Amino acid sequence: MTGWWDGFERFLATDPRDIGCDEAMAVLHVYVELLAAGVDAAAHYPGLASHLAACGPCAEDARGLLAAVQDHDLHVGGPDEWRVR
Amino acid sequence: MDMDSSSWLTALHGSGTKRDTALARLHVMLLRVATREAHRRGPAARIGGPELDDLAQQAADDAMVSLLGKLDTFRGESRFTTWAYRFVVLEVSSKLGRHFWRRPSVSFDTEDWERLPARFAVDPLAQAQQREMITAVRRAVDETLTDHQRRLFVAIVVNGVPLDAMVSRSGSNRGAIYKTVFDARRKIRRFLTANGYLEGEPAAAQPTDQQVKVKRS
Repeated sequence: MTGWWDGFERFLATDPRDIGCDEAMAVLHVYVELLAAGVDAAAHYPGLASHLAACGPCAEDARGLLAAVQDHDLHVGGPDEWRVR
Repeated sequence: MDMDSSSWLTALHGSGTKRDTALARLHVMLLRVATREAHRRGPAARIGGPELDDLAQQAADDAMVSLLGKLDTFRGESRFTTWAYRFVVLEVSSKLGRHFWRRPSVSFDTEDWERLPARFAVDPLAQAQQREMITAVRRAVDETLTDHQRRLFVAIVVNGVPLDAMVSRSGSNRGAIYKTVFDARRKIRRFLTANGYLEGEPAAAQPTDQQVKVKRS
């Protein structure tokens, strides 16, 4: 089989564990925090991991959220820190 | 729930100066995230300069409204800030999807099946059988998909229209469109297998580390 056909075949392969975009987005923040902490997030959320492997837009959102969480310059600090200053 | 998240909630549910300060600081934070995310994704979406900054501003504003409307749904499963960032990331996605249709080169009505191999090509030199396979896929699409499935499959998979751009055009949502294409993939695979173009069980999808690069700091 040709190179593109292999890629196309992988694209056609659907995973019954795939939870879809709506459920994925509902817990994405929890999943990303696990990733950022170095925890095996896919083991905790296999259906979400399956979805991110198949859905480019949701995977892109996950990458963006992970990048934001890991960029500490974005954080303004919570209200408790404001009182101290 | 962690202390920082708890104090955010208390301030945002409060009143007077304390709440006003919390709202102002929250917006500053959301705008930082929106600007970062917009600039991360801007080049791929072919948008930059003041237009991208405007998009980030709108995403932050809309995320703020959306977040405040759902404040009571925050359960402390993550830090408040991570939960808040998610609203911004989703707004940036949505606005980039809308922006896609402003490109003059975008065509919605044509079907260029010859481009299908390029969407999946790993080795561009190995395309000897591609015409036969394109014909097989076209048969699968024509004979097994509903009109709705066909329209979305051709737009997204053949023509390369981003899924979020289809969301903005159709008025549907990402989950519904993904599900339509998901069902189309299954039907096409079943057809191609039944007609001898594919063999055996589909490979299981690989989990996240291949899709979401983990950059441990």
